[in-house]
Amino acid sequence: MRFVDEFRDPAAARALLGAIGRLAEPRSEGEHFKFMEVCGGHTHTIYRHGIEHLLPGNVELVHGPGCPVCVIPMGRVDDAIWLAEQPEVILTCFGDMMRVPGSNGSLLDARARGGDVRFVYSPLDALKIAVDNPDRQVVFYAIGFETTAPSTAVTLVRARELGVRNFSVFCNHVTIVPPIKAILDSPDLRLSGFLGPGHVSTVVGTTPYRFVPEVYRKPLVVAGFEPLDILASVAMLLTQIREGRCEVENQYSRVVDEHGNPAALELLGRVFTLRPHFEWRGLGFISQSALAIREEFAEFDAERRVDLPGVRVADPKACQCGEVLKGVLKPWECKVFGTACTPETPIGTCMVSPEGACAAYYNFGRMHRDAAQLVGQG
Amino acid sequence: MCLGIPGRIVEITDRANCLAKVDVSGVQRTISVRLLERDFPAVDEWVLVHVGFAMARIDEKEALLTLDAVQKMGESYQDEIDALDSSSIV
Repeated sequence: MRFVDEFRDPAAARALLGAIGRLAEPRSEGEHFKFMEVCGGHTHTIYRHGIEHLLPGNVELVHGPGCPVCVIPMGRVDDAIWLAEQPEVILTCFGDMMRVPGSNGSLLDARARGGDVRFVYSPLDALKIAVDNPDRQVVFYAIGFETTAPSTAVTLVRARELGVRNFSVFCNHVTIVPPIKAILDSPDLRLSGFLGPGHVSTVVGTTPYRFVPEVYRKPLVVAGFEPLDILASVAMLLTQIREGRCEVENQYSRVVDEHGNPAALELLGRVFTLRPHFEWRGLGFISQSALAIREEFAEFDAERRVDLPGVRVADPKACQCGEVLKGVLKPWECKVFGTACTPETPIGTCMVSPEGACAAYYNFGRMHRDAAQLVGQG
Repeated sequence: MCLGIPGRIVEITDRANCLAKVDVSGVQRTISVRLLERDFPAVDEWVLVHVGFAMARIDEKEALLTLDAVQKMGESYQDEIDALDSSSIV
């Protein structure tokens, strides 16, 4: 129970674990519960606090595709590197994207070769760099789900208000519902339910997930990011199953409203449109799963302003990020995990972002697992 | 990536352009509150900050508890604060 002491309220954690234990007691031979946490933030919490080792043996958490850095395909990294290599360009991006490997190194490598690559905290920082450098072309390499896309939308509206001419966005924003659907349609996984993403839901609300119980008969609980939130959400999923219910529930109601953030949704609709299809690392092409910049904002669309190489690049053969992103493989089951692929020398995206399942497991989970195995052997 | 850190609004710096200064663990930076335009937060209220934008309003008790929990994330929290510290928006 060592990790329980780190929780906000250890007594509440123990009570929740007790409830989970009772709810999960097998009612049939080999009854097993497999819940997918969609969001990388949840993955980070689960490994950091050793939650998987606190749960009963028949309650398994598998990691989903909700890490925005992890799902960017190699070809789109190569396009960003190509942009960074244009002499007039300052390429700006979030810090997490800097080390993601393309087919010929990462943006960090491009910077070492002389490219002007700068990491920014906010897309509005990138816009400021454009205002301060009127003789350069500033491109913001935008990634992220609905949590982050409204920020890019506001930035484009602001760029237009200010009449900034040397700013554009290389848009790689993706949406959360299509990959959940792709995973539900995949025959590889038999899931018992989902921990729904927390901060994406502050924007989209809880209604877009209704298809999960209504069409696929799986419960979904929108969950917060603290260890207690994860435990409470697992207990809510098990309760639904035991009571024969199957619904969307909101455990994170202190932050998430059922209807999301209408101002943010309106901005998304004003600035972006759905792409017919977009390639996801590991999941392949998914139709209507990503955002493109609308015609009205075409002057700020890097893909319209320059002719990007746009070459599709297959993932390295050794890399099994795709299987990890679908929850089919656990990080440690990948052939190169922790040997050829480490946070210092990542081969795949899941080892780069702190929210990637492999990096989170490498940093925190390994020790817990090794210790658990030793105890098991002893 | 989707990390949200609670920040306290210390000043509305530009009401028309929805800019406000927030304090996150002693680091003060200007952020955009345009996503909360319809329910504009006041000075001393708490918001969840993500990539330089206020995403949602949260009550103070919740904010302090969340901040405490986020601080326990160690390196990820420090990276986020450092990034916020480097921020300079228009």
